[in-house]
Amino acid sequence: MSAENKTITIDPVTRLEGHARITIHLDAGGAVEDARFHVTEFRGFEKFCEGRPLWEMPGITARICGICPVSHLLASAKAGDEVLAVSVPEAAANLRRLMNLGQIIQSHALSFFHLSAPDLLLGMDADPGTRNVFGLMAKEPDLARDGIRLRQFGQEVIEILGGKKIHPSWAVPGGVRVPLSEKGRDAIRERLPEARRISREALDLFRKIAERFAEEAAVLGDFSTLFLGLVAKDGGWEHYDGTIRVMDSEGIRVADGLDPRQYRSYIAEAVEDWSYLKFPYYRERGYPDGAYRVGPLARLNLCDHMPTPLAEEARQAFRATADGKAVTSSFYYHYARLVEILAAVEEVERLIDDEKTRSPRIRAEAGVNRSNGVGVSEAPRGTLFHDYEVDEHGLITRVNLIIATGQNNLAMNRTVLQAARHYIKGSAIPEGFLNRIEAGVRAFDPCLSCSTHALGQMPLQVTLYGPKGEKLDERTRD
Amino acid sequence: MSAKSKNRTAPKPRPRIATVWLAGCSGCHMSFLDLDEWLFELAELADVVYSPVADVKEYPENVDAVLIEGAVANLDNLELLKKVRARTRLVVAFGDCAITGNVTSLRNPLGGPDSALHRAYVEEVDGNGSPPSDRTTVPELLPKVLPLHQVIKIDAFLRGCPPSPAAIRELLEQTLSPPSKSRSKKDTP
Ligand code: SF4
Repeated sequence: MSAENKTITIDPVTRLEGHARITIHLDAGGAVEDARFHVTEFRGFEKFCEGRPLWEMPGITARICGICPVSHLLASAKAGDEVLAVSVPEAAANLRRLMNLGQIIQSHALSFFHLSAPDLLLGMDADPGTRNVFGLMAKEPDLARDGIRLRQFGQEVIEILGGKKIHPSWAVPGGVRVPLSEKGRDAIRERLPEARRISREALDLFRKIAERFAEEAAVLGDFSTLFLGLVAKDGGWEHYDGTIRVMDSEGIRVADGLDPRQYRSYIAEAVEDWSYLKFPYYRERGYPDGAYRVGPLARLNLCDHMPTPLAEEARQAFRATADGKAVTSSFYYHYARLVEILAAVEEVERLIDDEKTRSPRIRAEAGVNRSNGVGVSEAPRGTLFHDYEVDEHGLITRVNLIIATGQNNLAMNRTVLQAARHYIKGSAIPEGFLNRIEAGVRAFDPCLSCSTHALGQMPLQVTLYGPKGEKLDERTRD
Repeated sequence: MSAKSKNRTAPKPRPRIATVWLAGCSGCHMSFLDLDEWLFELAELADVVYSPVADVKEYPENVDAVLIEGAVANLDNLELLKKVRARTRLVVAFGDCAITGNVTSLRNPLGGPDSALHRAYVEEVDGNGSPPSDRTTVPELLPKVLPLHQVIKIDAFLRGCPPSPAAIRELLEQTLSPPSKSRSKKDTP
């Protein structure tokens, strides 16, 4: 490398849910000057949904993302509840919760076992040709099978409720279409012991291997930001309802009890020329100081307790690692995700036997009673906002979506920069270092098909740019 | 596919398959992962040489079959699709977005991407936003979202939003072990 500024590009970033690239800008001395995470996809849902009936919205917006379609289905149905001005029957709320739990399980299992376990178990420096789920199946078949079966369990909860694993048209404004059958409940119950075993073992495994990754934990996104997410009325862990809490890295509450429907009063969005993914920030602190993180790490930092015993034990151990402050390393998203899988499995168990879940009243019928509605839920990756305006016939006139992954955009960019500064010195860049930078992004489990709801995609590429912005070199791993 | 080469050389090379994700929601890929434990059998039958779930960055040469999810929405998609066609024997349009454009093409009646871009990056943003336009890092959107067959020749279509795992499995089984005269269906576990 000459004594000029350069840019390294990682393109595509792989084992991510979407299309992205990373560029790293070096100064004349070969030191990292800046690094960016670019999302290269845009699909335009906010515009083309205009004019469509409110009742179609759950089905259409679910197609934003095949990994967490249930999140969109539920946030959309909840926005619809608001437009109808109804509160949904208790059974419907329980059933929606149940489906969301199924999704948390399957999506978190995908992130941990299928996408990140290859780094964690085969090694960050393992051969890139086999550093994937198939390589894991060959080297750690039992673990891979467990991961596949855990994800399958989550998918089956969704299928049992909605008739389909991906894109069930089940939740509607006012409630849900079909109750949980006796047979379905039995089928879920039968698989619970295995799901519980796998989730406990995965948590133990992560704790055991975490030491090996002390260096990664320190440089893959360890910094202070705010954390934002839903908590239940009693301050407990929440994924479907509740109010917004905001906390800083010291563990101090910045805001609590915020109405999620008023999100615009505390969340603003910025745009950068180099990414299709927008940059939401906490309004009061401005841009980019108002960076906040959402998702499993945020939820576990924010809540006072988990709803179930094993998960609460796990949460306490997790929080103890930070001595009462917030856990700040993004690498521990993995850890938090595994605690949440356990919580979700336990909650499924509680909910299928809850009397209220069994009531046949599952849908409130009503017409259009308001001209707008905001639906909010916790997607696996964080808080999701669907905000609709409709005309008197219920045709959509305006849509705004704030997606979980977008809210981590500032933090993902800082992670890439922190990781690049640590790993890249001069021109010799081992493949394993590039993979670590990608792993920093992977820890957030970004879902880019979601976040750009959007017309595009997410590959990783590293490009080197010179002092005048000219492209000097491009590194694409193969 | 490689059916005819059966008796020519002694050890038959393992089939090389790939999956590609263009402008879609990844639901088709999730349905592929819903093959669950059958993936172990797939790994016996073939090598997965390129996929969003793997780390190979450049689409390789000499691929036997590829499943392509999603429609063609931007210049990156277009470029990759042409490369994939040139390097692959059997190209499968995988799911409704790939076959018809489906939900991805709902922006087409807007007549170009500008109004959608304006909506997302100008109207919903505080201050003066403008759509991302740094072409070294974010690809230009096509005026219209295209189904795959309008860009390249397609050899097979797998319908569904997403296609069911059963349909994916059947297609892969047929592709990877074409029924020969001597052998009927699979009998392996
Ligand atoms: S066909 Fe359906 S599941 Fe597949 S990418 Fe398109 S919207 Fe998603």
